[in-house]
Amino acid sequence: MTEASQNISELLFWILVFPGFLFSVGLGLVVSWIVRKVSALVQWRVGPPFLQPFYDVIKLTGKETLVPQQAQKAVFMGAPIVALAGVLLLSIMLWRITISQTAFVGDIIVAIYLMILPSLALIFGSSASASPHAAVGTGREMKLVMGYELPLILAFIVVIIKTGGQLSLAAIAQQTPVFSISGMLAFLVALLCIQAKLGFVPFDIAEAETELGSGVLMEYSGVLLAVWKITQALMLVVLPLFLVMVFLGGIGADFLSGLARPVGPLPAVGSLPVGIIVLLVFIITGFLARFCKYIDILFLLSLIAACILAGLGKYVLIVVLIILIKNTNPRMRIDQAMKFFWVYCGLILVIAVALAVIGNSCDINWL
Amino acid sequence: MSWKIWSLKKSPWVFHVNTGACNNCDIEIVNLLTPKFDVERFGIKLVGSPRHADALLVTGVVTAQAAPRLREIYRQTPKPCVVFCIGACACHTGIFRGGYHVVGPVDKIIKEVDPNAIIAYVPGCPPKPEAMISGVVKALSVL
Repeated sequence: MTEASQNISELLFWILVFPGFLFSVGLGLVVSWIVRKVSALVQWRVGPPFLQPFYDVIKLTGKETLVPQQAQKAVFMGAPIVALAGVLLLSIMLWRITISQTAFVGDIIVAIYLMILPSLALIFGSSASASPHAAVGTGREMKLVMGYELPLILAFIVVIIKTGGQLSLAAIAQQTPVFSISGMLAFLVALLCIQAKLGFVPFDIAEAETELGSGVLMEYSGVLLAVWKITQALMLVVLPLFLVMVFLGGIGADFLSGLARPVGPLPAVGSLPVGIIVLLVFIITGFLARFCKYIDILFLLSLIAACILAGLGKYVLIVVLIILIKNTNPRMRIDQAMKFFWVYCGLILVIAVALAVIGNSCDINWL
Repeated sequence: MSWKIWSLKKSPWVFHVNTGACNNCDIEIVNLLTPKFDVERFGIKLVGSPRHADALLVTGVVTAQAAPRLREIYRQTPKPCVVFCIGACACHTGIFRGGYHVVGPVDKIIKEVDPNAIIAYVPGCPPKPEAMISGVVKALSVL
């Protein structure tokens, strides 16, 4: 095999299999199961079976795809594919930086742009669908994007100041800015912005199941809806991962020691002993589940334990925070959300930026 | 059994259509989502748009006002889909039979659009949630 073809096959493997399509989508669907299951447990229900998100996507692929008569067909059908491509690219970028430390200067800026892409595609797709419900949803989504984008970027600016003007994610991921007052404030605000980006309660204003049907996704059906579901699952992987890399010092095998040591090099990911432990945990819980009444809960706990052992502890932490916020809050109105993001979060972040600048110029690390 | 039908049975999403019901059947349908019955165990989810739906839960006698809407909603639902007539009114117009405003029952209106539509009947006034689950199971096993 020549070097060129080997390079291409390696690239294809990166894009299609390991950190790319198959792995990320699989992980995303599993995480979306965890979201549904934990929500069900919080509401004292049993919840869906483990493979439910997979069933949903397979079913949607097999259904008829209807395109509304008055829709702008090219935009309507292109939008979900653009969104999927954007998130997939971001996912590959983040995993590649985590695993092989290959990064380029300014990739945090590229990542910020790629994160806006799904929301933009959603706005285009839904406004092309010629539905009054989707139109209302589109308006809300636009306002929401304008609302959370400002505090989110300000939060990243705090991190860039804290890390001494680093613009490369690999360099940022070696520090934990969250262990300072300004970093903590920025992290909390960024977490809420991520909640809005994922379209979860209290910021599911654009999808608004109760009064808009499903708002922006109203007219999508069949394969196109399946692509949206996959995109949303991928967002569930990418956005918390991005927060982990920016604020919490990246994905690492040792959760506790990584927290205890604010600044230091990344530990190896996916080492052999960790893999064996993960496998053992799964086998043991699978065995116990046969004799236990609470099979699903046991499986859920073992899955989370396996994630923590595999070095995904910080990721799990953020996902759990997101699920808890989702389940303990009612939906905001769009004007309340705008005010919340611009006035309150904006104010907090202005203070955080000021603190970070003062801390940097006076060499006070905890500020 | 093709993979399409298999996956449809694993995750039937339902859309709720009220064609002039007294709200009693609707309350019983919402009952299915409560912790006691929790149909999400079977992958059944209540969705807000007929374009996402695999099954239509139709309640009520079809009134003259509601009939064109019901036809339109059935056309908007991607096929394959199942129509459930929930309650005595939807099955055979119940005590409102012969009323000046009644053009139903549901199956008559649906068959005007698609003679080969798959229609399941869950009688009762209102039917118990258990009866609805049993109806869904029977309809899906025929598919």
